[in-house]
Amino acid sequence: MLCEVCGKSQATVHYTEIINNDATEMHLCEDCAQKKGAILKPHFPLADLLSGLIDFKLPLTLKEEGRGKCPQCGMTYSNFKKIGRLGCGQCYNTFKESLAPLLKRVHGSNEHVGKSPALAGKAMRTTQQLRQLKEKLQRAIQREEFEEAARLRDRIREIEKKNEAK
Amino acid sequence: MKLNDLIYQSGEWLKGTGPNSEMVMSSRVRLARNLDGMPFAHWARRDKQLAVMSLVRPAIESTKILKTSLFIDLNELNSLDRQFLLERHLISHELAEGKGVRAVVIGEREMVSIMVNEEDHLRLQCIQSGLQLTDAWRLMDRIESELDAKLKFAFSRNWGYLTACPTNAGTGMRASVMLHLPSMVLTKQMARVLQAITKLGLVARGLYGEGTEPSGNYFQISNQVTLGQSEEEIIDNIERVIKQIIGHEENARKSLLSKGRRQLEDRVFRAYGILKNVRIIDSTETINLLSALRLGVDLGLTKDVRRQTLNELFIITQPAHLQKIHGKTLTPGQRDVKRAELIRERLKKSK
Repeated sequence: MLCEVCGKSQATVHYTEIINNDATEMHLCEDCAQKKGAILKPHFPLADLLSGLIDFKLPLTLKEEGRGKCPQCGMTYSNFKKIGRLGCGQCYNTFKESLAPLLKRVHGSNEHVGKSPALAGKAMRTTQQLRQLKEKLQRAIQREEFEEAARLRDRIREIEKKNEAK
Repeated sequence: MKLNDLIYQSGEWLKGTGPNSEMVMSSRVRLARNLDGMPFAHWARRDKQLAVMSLVRPAIESTKILKTSLFIDLNELNSLDRQFLLERHLISHELAEGKGVRAVVIGEREMVSIMVNEEDHLRLQCIQSGLQLTDAWRLMDRIESELDAKLKFAFSRNWGYLTACPTNAGTGMRASVMLHLPSMVLTKQMARVLQAITKLGLVARGLYGEGTEPSGNYFQISNQVTLGQSEEEIIDNIERVIKQIIGHEENARKSLLSKGRRQLEDRVFRAYGILKNVRIIDSTETINLLSALRLGVDLGLTKDVRRQTLNELFIITQPAHLQKIHGKTLTPGQRDVKRAELIRERLKKSK
């Protein structure tokens, strides 16, 4: 492919330019890219890899309802596929049917267990805490550390009791 | 503090101290956060980017650690200054080359820095010397909590913190460790290690993170997975793996010392000899020779040079640094001469 600017040299710099929400793919040679200020060290094409993974068919329901576009930021699913980036937090909801399998593939999980905002509430922290304790319990049993297991079991019971009381 | 003051100071993480610092150069924890209800930075128009900036800047500057910090508007910088910040690991390629309203806030001794409007609204990072991921995370955690009290972050119960790229969703955390593994490279064990790492959900990269090839025997190892594991679990995982790798490097160093001490010394002192006397040198040769000399320092073969001096040379011999130090643009040829001068001078001082 030849450079889109000079049309002479081989295009070696490829990137997507976003101006006012319009994404344009650019193919430039090294010199023209430098002039344009676009030269970067070649980026690991994470977005490309990702869009390979994203290649799920859009569920029919989404198509029928014409919800292929995020109501909050206007991101479309096809655009997301192209640039590998979502437009806003709401996108996660808009495209959840497609994102759920994607996240599962990338991370091997669909459930956040880390830190959460103070506002998101203590309820979540207890659920997480319980989940982690139960995992620890399983591991303790596997390792036949029964004293530890008994201690963990009691703590789980205690927390569950408190929860019910609420 | 001004940007130019950075030229004459060196970051906390270059001290060359901390646990396992004979193999671990630095530990870094990065968190991605976005404001709720706002389009992500890469997708936002100028007015929204400005709105984010005006919300985020006072919040950042009111945190304990960043009260005295340097705020830099990327649009006020020329390309040399942007390259300079990039070389110091304070900003990413994406922020340096991006467009729109964007900034970086740099804390004292460059331990903490926050990029605003990179692809996410906030990218917080903490870098420390040696293997100190847990410390770095604790510090991040504290700053993030202070910000959380003032800003509402985009968050979902299932998917955690929501980020522009789904590969960061969940904790939004990337924890990475920069390792110097010359003996593993010499004994050709790295390919195997790198393969094993991938299977454990970790990635290895070069000196400048994503998209860079390993050079000077430096490898940056970080977590790939951000969802389904807590921050502590992620860090625990990496630390376990790092400790194993360190163990292998240690063994490789021992066996090199016992089986080929002469060859090893030769390699180290040749590098030292060249660096002390060189008149023209490019970046690649510099990095490779510094790596060889560092191995000598770490093994106690020479006590003439401090590790910190070598770490600093890594940073200040880069193109933008050389040009900032000399206060003018230099051609690659001129840089090779100035680089040689700087190395000779620093190694003389180091004694």
